[in-house]
Amino acid sequence: MNEVPLTHILVLSTALFFIGMFGLFTRRNMITILMSVELILNSVNINFVAFNKYLFPEKLDGVFFVLFIIAIAAAEAALAIAIIINLYRNHQSIDVDDATEMKF
Amino acid sequence: MNALIVTAVLGVMMMFSSIVLKRNSAIRMLAIVGLLFTFIANVLDSSGVHFFSINIKGMMHFDQFAYFFISISIFCTFIFFLLSAKEMERIGVNYSEYFALIFFILCGIILVASFTSLLILFLGIEIISIPLYILTGSDKKNLKSNEASLKYFLLGAFSTGIMLMGIALFYGSTGSFSVENSVVIAATTSPMLLIGILLLLFSMSFKVSAAPFHFWAPDVYDGAPTVFTSFMATIVKAAAFIAFIRLFSLAFTPLQDRWQLIVAVIIALTLFVGNITAVFQQSVKRMLAYSSIAQSGFMLMALLAFNTFSVEGILLYIVAYSISTMGIFSVLVKMKDSSLEEFNGFAKHQPVLAVALTVFLLSLAGIPLTAGFLSKFYMLKAVMHSGNFLWLIIFAVLMAAVSVYYYFRIIQVMFFKESDSNTIIVSTSFKWLLSALAIIIIVLGVYPQLLLQFLV
Repeated sequence: MNEVPLTHILVLSTALFFIGMFGLFTRRNMITILMSVELILNSVNINFVAFNKYLFPEKLDGVFFVLFIIAIAAAEAALAIAIIINLYRNHQSIDVDDATEMKF
Repeated sequence: MNALIVTAVLGVMMMFSSIVLKRNSAIRMLAIVGLLFTFIANVLDSSGVHFFSINIKGMMHFDQFAYFFISISIFCTFIFFLLSAKEMERIGVNYSEYFALIFFILCGIILVASFTSLLILFLGIEIISIPLYILTGSDKKNLKSNEASLKYFLLGAFSTGIMLMGIALFYGSTGSFSVENSVVIAATTSPMLLIGILLLLFSMSFKVSAAPFHFWAPDVYDGAPTVFTSFMATIVKAAAFIAFIRLFSLAFTPLQDRWQLIVAVIIALTLFVGNITAVFQQSVKRMLAYSSIAQSGFMLMALLAFNTFSVEGILLYIVAYSISTMGIFSVLVKMKDSSLEEFNGFAKHQPVLAVALTVFLLSLAGIPLTAGFLSKFYMLKAVMHSGNFLWLIIFAVLMAAVSVYYYFRIIQVMFFKESDSNTIIVSTSFKWLLSALAIIIIVLGVYPQLLLQFLV
């Protein structure tokens, strides 16, 4: 079986990164935004693992970094859900456009 | 290493302290004593007494600069506790948790002050950010506070994503996470590395709220409870600067000519946007948020020149800026709201506080005989020595002149306006403390060596 070349994986991760970024800026629903953030983080994870496997297979640096990113992403997701619940209690909605107390 | 472990343990201790300690004053006392102990542990550490011997595999390196900065941030947190810890009671019932979160933030600050691996940088930044999101939203019933923490979280997560992408590209082109010149030199020609550095530059500019990436700062600083704004805008911001400067001075100096122009443009934009927008603000809190953006333009100048002036200058700047801003916020937090009218006739009611505030404002504006003047002078001198960016120096001086306008507006209102009826209640010890801080600002403005002699 032929090996998948590195560039294909990089194209996938870059695409995911920009899909996540697009979602972060265009979506108005908090949960969807949170999902976009996770997409960004996971695209980075793919990058790390691919670099590690293809370019520097003698050490596992990249894979360990991924473990840390996953842990931090879990903590951030928990916190984000807490913020969203708090927002829902005050606004009865999780649309970011409803949270506009502050203007210039 | 001492301070890192002590702060982590203290954070856990503070978290559980409310089970044992029923009175808020006891919790506050525990936090202050703990912080003093951390300070002593760090000073002992820097003079060779290590409590723990841990092999960190070269992922962190404590040099004299790191020790000194950690001492400064612990000292500033100490002042913050003395000035404003009592005000945290008004925010919510979870009094001890606020202290726990602040100790965890300190832990992150120690990480970013001493990293030599990008992994530690990432962990440190996240350990700082996550408790800050909580502190920003800690006023749960307040819509502004909710919104601030939402915005802070979204933009924080965004910048974390960019930073991780930068680290991934750095790793892809160098094969290591260590922050060293040699690693970068070996991979100089790779365009992937350049993109990685650029992404790191952008994400760190986010964290320090430099100009094209500053949008979160005014809203977050405005919406967060004022007590935590004063912590966030001073000590945490200083730590982000140290991380920024440490990263770029340790690793990316071989590619200096590629990124320095971008940094110079970012600085010019930051100074412009921060100062010009601050002029139009009616709320003092929001004005201080913009002023903190403007001040970060000056602090970023340390990135343009890595020499003794910039090292001394950035530390002096951090001390001068942190003490002055915390002093102003500690008075602001006692007022009903943060509009400029609250300061009407302040000098009649509280002459001592008014004089201290005047010193702080003069220092922020960079008037001679204050620490703020000398620190701005050091930064400009550092850039002058590097010899490339004369236009930036001229622009910075012009913008400093603009900043005088909005700082002096508060002074003018305090001394020359009649008041209707404002009386804030302050204790005598608070007055003493604030006067002492004002004296520190003036003394450091005349003899900066009193502080900088420790940095040998």
